[in-house]
Amino acid sequence: MLAYIVRRLLIAVPTILLLIVASFFLMHFAPGGPFTSERPLPPAVLANIEARYGLDQPLWKQLWDYLYNIVVHFDFGPSFKFKDRDVNDIIAQGFPISLTYGSLSFLVATTVGVALGIAAAIKHNSWIDYFAVGLGIAAQALPNFIMGPILILTFTLWLGWLPGGGWNGGQWPYLIMPVIALATSYMGSIARITRSSMLEVLNSNFIRTARAKGLPTRTVIWRHALKPTLLPVVSYLGPVFVYVLTGSVFVDIYFSTGGLGQAYVGSALSRDYAVLLGVTILYGVLTVLVNLLTDLAYAWFDPKIRY
Amino acid sequence: MLGKSQKAAHLAEDITDYTVIQGRSLWQDARMRFVRNKAAMASLFILAMIVLFTIIGPYFAVWSNEEIDWNVMGDARGMGMPSAETGHFFGVDDLGRDLYSRIIQATTTSLLVGLIGAATALIVGTCYGIAAGYIGGRTDGVMMRFVDILLAIPATLVIILLLVVAGRSFVMLFIALGAVGWLTMARIVRGQTLTLKNREFIEAARAAGVSEFTIMYRHILPNLLGVVIVYASLLVPEMILTESFISFLGLGISEPYTSLGRLIAEGAGTMGYGTLWQLLFPLTFYVAIIITMFFIGDGLRDALDPKDR
Repeated sequence: MLAYIVRRLLIAVPTILLLIVASFFLMHFAPGGPFTSERPLPPAVLANIEARYGLDQPLWKQLWDYLYNIVVHFDFGPSFKFKDRDVNDIIAQGFPISLTYGSLSFLVATTVGVALGIAAAIKHNSWIDYFAVGLGIAAQALPNFIMGPILILTFTLWLGWLPGGGWNGGQWPYLIMPVIALATSYMGSIARITRSSMLEVLNSNFIRTARAKGLPTRTVIWRHALKPTLLPVVSYLGPVFVYVLTGSVFVDIYFSTGGLGQAYVGSALSRDYAVLLGVTILYGVLTVLVNLLTDLAYAWFDPKIRY
Repeated sequence: MLGKSQKAAHLAEDITDYTVIQGRSLWQDARMRFVRNKAAMASLFILAMIVLFTIIGPYFAVWSNEEIDWNVMGDARGMGMPSAETGHFFGVDDLGRDLYSRIIQATTTSLLVGLIGAATALIVGTCYGIAAGYIGGRTDGVMMRFVDILLAIPATLVIILLLVVAGRSFVMLFIALGAVGWLTMARIVRGQTLTLKNREFIEAARAAGVSEFTIMYRHILPNLLGVVIVYASLLVPEMILTESFISFLGLGISEPYTSLGRLIAEGAGTMGYGTLWQLLFPLTFYVAIIITMFFIGDGLRDALDPKDR
């Protein structure tokens, strides 16, 4: 197990390095930049600005400095657009917000999804099953950017129960709609995966044996069926986490929650490559780490996997 | 000598009638199962109607998708609602443009994006996967590690990045969607190729002196087709979803061209002013396309997946 963890970590390091280098070159060869405007700047001014951000250095030197600062100082450099802020400041301001509603919706999606799926499988072909399947399919067709307008229309414009946006330090009325909007479609997928997995498990031989020796249904399901049922769900959690991360891009724009997504799209539109690069790398690193964690969880969950 | 009776002739016909014992091929079998699936057939019908609408619809349009109706421009709420009299069957958008024509244009875009994006992913992913799986060994290791690394980067961010860096256009959108879509496909195809390449019929082909390329093309590829088609059919709605998401953020296709995600974003922006049709029409088309495609994909999986025979 330990050797496996070490090996996976060794793969993660070049992955992250490659991600940084590839994004760096992609940004660098992009036409236009934050300093190209309708009115061209005098060359002397442009040269000064480029010197300030180190853009006059040879490319390999820029890359090396960038990598060095990230690895040693955990510093993503200054923002091109906002003269008084570093990329680190922007991340430090937005990331806690994204993390709060992101992890909440992750929690909601998995718990509700798993519960629905299990209920549907236990009461196979009953109205609960049909309801859960219908809800799952409908939910999958309603991604965050569809759920957002629908929720605002219902709860803000018609019923007037919830504020239509803002963050306010994360008070719960401001949290509800972002979390539901983000969670719905993954809840649907998780419910469907859990249901089909549970059905398969319930039809297998060891469950029949457990039933045959007279165990009550409750014990059969909680003690024997639950763990193998959750295996495919666990392997789906990595992708769900990535969805929640990228979904934050939508939530921040639509609900004005002020998280990292707002900074990301804002910098994409204003070509603030420093912020764009910083956030891409942060998301990439998080993805790699979460994939690593899900693989380890999978190994712990599935006794058949030995490393 | 036997006399020629009608009964004997019938009997002879019955006996020599090979059609009754003709075996069904895998594809006939799959087609039968798909046709019997009511949800999938209904979805196929609705989707065909939508496609037909995008083809025939423009002939009934009174306004083009770029024209601005100056009469209703200032008062979209009072005068721009859906009506047959003004020729705005689905109403107008916030700038006074005809929503009917814009929805036709947007639906075409979304469907094309789904199909071309999935086709790109399918071709690239299949070629890559077969090559990696069939060659095997160290080449396979390197090729799949590369895929693993790319998979670790969130796809939507990559697409946004590519669109920002290379500029927004139709072609770039297709390339960006294809660039992130082929990875999972390559993994699936490679796995299937690994199980196929040691089977007897491949060995027989090799013993008969068939070249390696022909083996991949003639013997491995047809056996992969079922899995590949199923996955591709699920990839189409995923592509449409991703494109709509990006268009919603305003980073996708640029005006005057539009896509359903963009229209939904515009409708969502103006829904507070009582012009609800601007949200509901594109939303209906969008949800209809996505749900029917899910059902068709599920139907194809049930029809082609050998596991559930």
